[in-house]
Amino acid sequence: MVDQIDLTMVNWARAQFALTAMYHWIFVPLTLGLSFIIAFFESIYIKTGNKEWKKIAKFWMTLFGINFAIGVATGIILEFEFGTNWSNYSWMVGDIFGAPLAVEGIAAFFLEATFFAVMFFGWERVSKKFHLFSTWMVAIGSNLSALWILVANGWMQYPIGMAFNPDTARFEMQDFWAILFSPVAISKFTHTTSSGFLFGSLFVITISSWYLLKGRHIQMARKSILVAAVFGLLSSGYVAFTGDEAAYNDAQKQPMKLAAFEGLYDGEKGAGLVAAGIINSSKKVGDDQDAFLFEIRIPWLLSLLANRDPGSFVPGIKDLVYGNEKENIMGADEKIKKGKIAVEQLALYKKAKKAGDSAGAEAALTVFNQNKEYLGFGYLNAPEEAVPPVSLVYYAFHIMVALGSLFPIIFIAYLFFTLKGTIIHQKWLLSIGVVSMFLGLAAQQCGWIVAEVGRQPWAIQDLLPVTIARTNLTAGTVQTTFFMFVAIFTLLLIAEIRIMLKQIQIGPEGK
Amino acid sequence: MFGNLDTTTLQQLWWIIDSLVGSLFLFLIFVQGGQTLLWQLGKANVEKSLIINSLGRKWEMTFTTLVLFGGALFAAFPKFYATSFGGAYWVWMLILFTFIVQAVSYEFRKKPNNFLGEKVYELFLFINGSVGILLIGAAVGTFFTGSNFVLNEYNFVTWTNPLRGLEAAFSLFNLSLGLFLVFNARLLGAMYLLNNIDFTGYEDFEARTRKAVLVNLLCALPFLLYFLISLVVMDGFGVDPKTGIVSMVSGKYLANLLSMPLVLIFLLAGLVLVIWGVVTTSFRGKNNGIWFGGLGTVLVGLAVFFTAGFNNTAFYPSKAALQSSLTIYNASSSHYTLTAMSYVALLIPVVLAYVVYVWYLMDAKKITAAEVTGEQADEMY
Repeated sequence: MVDQIDLTMVNWARAQFALTAMYHWIFVPLTLGLSFIIAFFESIYIKTGNKEWKKIAKFWMTLFGINFAIGVATGIILEFEFGTNWSNYSWMVGDIFGAPLAVEGIAAFFLEATFFAVMFFGWERVSKKFHLFSTWMVAIGSNLSALWILVANGWMQYPIGMAFNPDTARFEMQDFWAILFSPVAISKFTHTTSSGFLFGSLFVITISSWYLLKGRHIQMARKSILVAAVFGLLSSGYVAFTGDEAAYNDAQKQPMKLAAFEGLYDGEKGAGLVAAGIINSSKKVGDDQDAFLFEIRIPWLLSLLANRDPGSFVPGIKDLVYGNEKENIMGADEKIKKGKIAVEQLALYKKAKKAGDSAGAEAALTVFNQNKEYLGFGYLNAPEEAVPPVSLVYYAFHIMVALGSLFPIIFIAYLFFTLKGTIIHQKWLLSIGVVSMFLGLAAQQCGWIVAEVGRQPWAIQDLLPVTIARTNLTAGTVQTTFFMFVAIFTLLLIAEIRIMLKQIQIGPEGK
Repeated sequence: MFGNLDTTTLQQLWWIIDSLVGSLFLFLIFVQGGQTLLWQLGKANVEKSLIINSLGRKWEMTFTTLVLFGGALFAAFPKFYATSFGGAYWVWMLILFTFIVQAVSYEFRKKPNNFLGEKVYELFLFINGSVGILLIGAAVGTFFTGSNFVLNEYNFVTWTNPLRGLEAAFSLFNLSLGLFLVFNARLLGAMYLLNNIDFTGYEDFEARTRKAVLVNLLCALPFLLYFLISLVVMDGFGVDPKTGIVSMVSGKYLANLLSMPLVLIFLLAGLVLVIWGVVTTSFRGKNNGIWFGGLGTVLVGLAVFFTAGFNNTAFYPSKAALQSSLTIYNASSSHYTLTAMSYVALLIPVVLAYVVYVWYLMDAKKITAAEVTGEQADEMY
């Protein structure tokens, strides 16, 4: 299909997508969470009529607006980047992938865009109730945007509801509902948005803690902390629950990803979960080295999490690459063989069809159909290529989980001392609170790495490797845009941070 | 309901929907046009604030419409999405860069400690309104002049010009369409400001804005004429409906307009409405020209897109390999996807309804100088 694969170009295109997505992901979780927190503040204001709550809502709204703008700026490129840098992907799966993106525009972005103007400039132009309604619509709209892009992403992780059409050489949608309600899509959506709620709460805690340490805006900070700690604690529970669901889905639908983020090379029954460990980065699949330099395992837990059965078998990277007959697992080596047949027969089919040789086309199609499930593997050259970067995914996953376990403790401590009325004296806690937002950001970025790097080398799991998904561009072209994005996004980020810090310094007075 | 329609009908329906979204975008770029007028019309700070705050309540609508246009094209015509965005890489990247810098500029421009300074954010807005719109016009121009790509049997796109889409801007025809769009956006922008701002006490500012409407129409006309005259005399990319073979047909676009009288009526009525908007604003002192100009722009947009896509025409033709040209029939999604998306499109009237309602609520009172300079000034853009 693609005569010469320019790996350098593919890697630059991946780097560019990672750069733009990870920059975007600095701002989006805050939008997802803070929008609801502001809606809570404003609801309390409308309910109680206490102007203090309005002032609080307006203060956080200012910070929300600054963040929202740069979120929008970094977001537009992502939609178009599928076309610009991954045009073969856009063609091969556009019939399925384009739909959620269009729905996102129609059903979610307009809610955000329309009511955003009311939220910021409508205080004197619409009724109090309509204003509150608008604030809620911005929160709901933001989270609905997340729904549709995560449905699309969920499909990349677990492609269902479609079939390959050999005549058009693309995948075509067959069941919209299967795609929308795919378990992977649902758990992606719930895990991602709940982690956004958690992050929004950490953001409020960070800034409020700083005010308390400085002895400024004490009433506002305490009220903000109360709402954020409750919301954060509830979200933490939800994050843990949905995270467990996401890991279970990985085990069932993307076992290679699970094996990678657990550093599990040799599959076993009653597999233990790595609680902490240093992975051996020189370890290669199939060699005799130990996977870990040091590790602490919790016995049976991985099997329990992966299959809901502590004694069950969890396949390791080696099983998935070279196969495991005893456990009835076909390896990537075998799949590549079948995939090569599928690629070859597809070409023969097209050739026969073009030549008007219907018998030849029929014969080729029959063999193709027997092997089409493995078409994607036909573009790999060695079974080891099916393994994602293990160390990166392993550390990203474990850092994310460790931080995710820490956050509820922080929220409980904040809630306890706030209800006791002594939060202002807990300097140690407030100091942790000040840095908690940055820990949240680290967890967010790690989550992205687990989901996206863990899927490599595939753009669409098992169907389309990134090397085939690409656009026919030179490495130099993508390199140029990569550095353009580095420059512009970094400039905008510096501007955003400086503006944000200044607004925090100014505080809520006069709101 | 939609599932019973045949594929051809669905493909045509989706070309109409995408054309409508695209044409609404061409109207909503009054925001971009307004941005390019900032320095010219806003002499005092308060005048600049009025312009920015007036446009600032709409910019996201334009931005979102562009995103929807991209998404809807992706869903309905993925081969176009893949071919054009992947092929004409540089032109789309540059367009997107101008929208990236626009998105922060309203929010960041007046905020203290904003790193780049007020003038730079204003420059960003100017670049978005000028370069961004010019390049969009040039890209749309290639619907008629063709592009430089070859698709292989797996529809993998190879672009044969090293400028990767920027070459479109070197065609006089494409450039004319781009410049027409820039000036049209500017006249729409000025008409929108007249409709949206309370100019009491700022009569000079109002006079400058009113004058800009006429001046920009006069600037737009030569480019419009060049575009239209070229369009009706040029060879076009025709498709044989039986074989699907693409060939050059002389006077193709004139033939399209004549064989689709409704499209011709859209074009002429659209132009008349835009001109009437300007006339009523400039000579009759009215402030409602934006509605005539807006509707007119939508109609002209529809006429342009329909001429490019209907009546057995390749809407995204290839100069490099005629048979690689895209038609709405060979570039579309499957019957299933088009059907599913048609149900989703039923939401469009709902969206339009609440957008119009909120717009009406927010604009019921015009924006005043007191609002942007008063005690709430720090909450304004």
